[in-house]
Amino acid sequence: MAILEVENITKGFENTEILKGISFDLEKGKTLTIIGRSGSGKTTLLRCLNFLETPDSGTIKVNGEVLFDGKNPSSSEKELREKRLHFGMVFQQFNLFPQYTALENVVLAPGLLNPEKDKVQILVEGKAILSKMGLLDRMDNYPHQLSGGQQQRVAIARALALKPDILCFDEPTSALDPELTGEVLKVIKDLSRQETTMIIVTHEIEFAKDVSDEIIFMDDGIIAEKGSPRQVIDSPQNERTRQFLLNYHT
Amino acid sequence: MFTTVTLSLLEGFLGTLKLFVLTLVFSLPLGLVISFGSMSKNPVLRLPVRFIIWVVRGTPLMLQLLVIFYGPGIFLGNNLWGSGATGRFTAALVAFVFNYACYFSEIFRGGIQSIPKGQHEAAAVLGLTKSQAFFKIILLQVVKRIVPPISNEVITLVKDTSLARVIAFYEIIWEGERFIKSSGIIWPLFYTGVFYLVFSGLLTLLFGFIEKKLDFFK
Repeated sequence: MAILEVENITKGFENTEILKGISFDLEKGKTLTIIGRSGSGKTTLLRCLNFLETPDSGTIKVNGEVLFDGKNPSSSEKELREKRLHFGMVFQQFNLFPQYTALENVVLAPGLLNPEKDKVQILVEGKAILSKMGLLDRMDNYPHQLSGGQQQRVAIARALALKPDILCFDEPTSALDPELTGEVLKVIKDLSRQETTMIIVTHEIEFAKDVSDEIIFMDDGIIAEKGSPRQVIDSPQNERTRQFLLNYHT
Repeated sequence: MFTTVTLSLLEGFLGTLKLFVLTLVFSLPLGLVISFGSMSKNPVLRLPVRFIIWVVRGTPLMLQLLVIFYGPGIFLGNNLWGSGATGRFTAALVAFVFNYACYFSEIFRGGIQSIPKGQHEAAAVLGLTKSQAFFKIILLQVVKRIVPPISNEVITLVKDTSLARVIAFYEIIWEGERFIKSSGIIWPLFYTGVFYLVFSGLLTLLFGFIEKKLDFFK
């Protein structure tokens, strides 16, 4: 069964329709990549899944549970917080908390959300995740003491610490110098191998082809093409997809 | 003579210090509350708060002191503040707290609004409540940004306390000026300046120390 079912999501801002009916499913353990031009609605879609934006209509289900229904959209702050925890989010600009060390960034939310849980246990788990990101030796550094690639890996660790069902990445390497993108992509690829369920918005076409189980090409608020990396990247059927991929061709 | 003057000025300075400390104690938290009001999405709250800030920042503190001290007696027919030095001090304190809270609220508002939206969003996707996000993540970043403008206001406050003399609150300049009439000497008045200089010097050091303490993050 699909872990995530998205049906007919629409979203507009001041008379501009950004999402014009997006539907897709995602199987547990799979990696879905969303590519497309700037302004095609990729980021807005991710933000809707994380409830940073409220869709105008449509439904979002996780594990069969309806998290959002456009016919009955209101929910209390508390419900909203619980729904959000199904998703993790890694931002383009990292958004680490500057006054906390790498480890503190990772353990802050688990500590606040489970006040009765053993603090030592939380620290041990936090360190384990940082070590998975190859950052154990930097755990006491503050964000400004880390490179962009290291900061983004801390941000990934921070999202993983809450064990989300689905981990979302919003252009995770777009703010990085080219020589730093590799270390972040490698970490994401490892997560993909370990069957973390992920949705990645990216402009790294080669990486998308390499890491994805499925690729969606979004164009002007709709899903223009969807399929395996081989189908979408190597033999695109849609003219707009072909045009878009021409910019990248190697 | 020097000892007499020093003791007398010290006594006046104690009044200055009391007004200074209590004004800060009350106006800083009140300023934070007012800043939330001025940022409220609800215009019924926001517009009156902004109006009050405009009036308080747009009129002289000396005028506010007079209105707050004499106002209740004139308009309500009842001197709210009671008689004597305590009454005058309370009135002065209320005027100072209100005035400084409004200035602080604008500094807080600027500081809070300067924190990138991404910090709030990161807190939200981690499932934190709004108050957890504010107190655990936003507040310290705001404090770091507003230390320089706050230190400006605090040093201005040291000197503004002398305005309280218009309602006969005995502070240091009042004491210094007495010697002109009683002994025909003017140097005690200049001597009061030394008190102000030393005190604002100490505050400058204190704020420098706080800035340094917050230097561990960017």
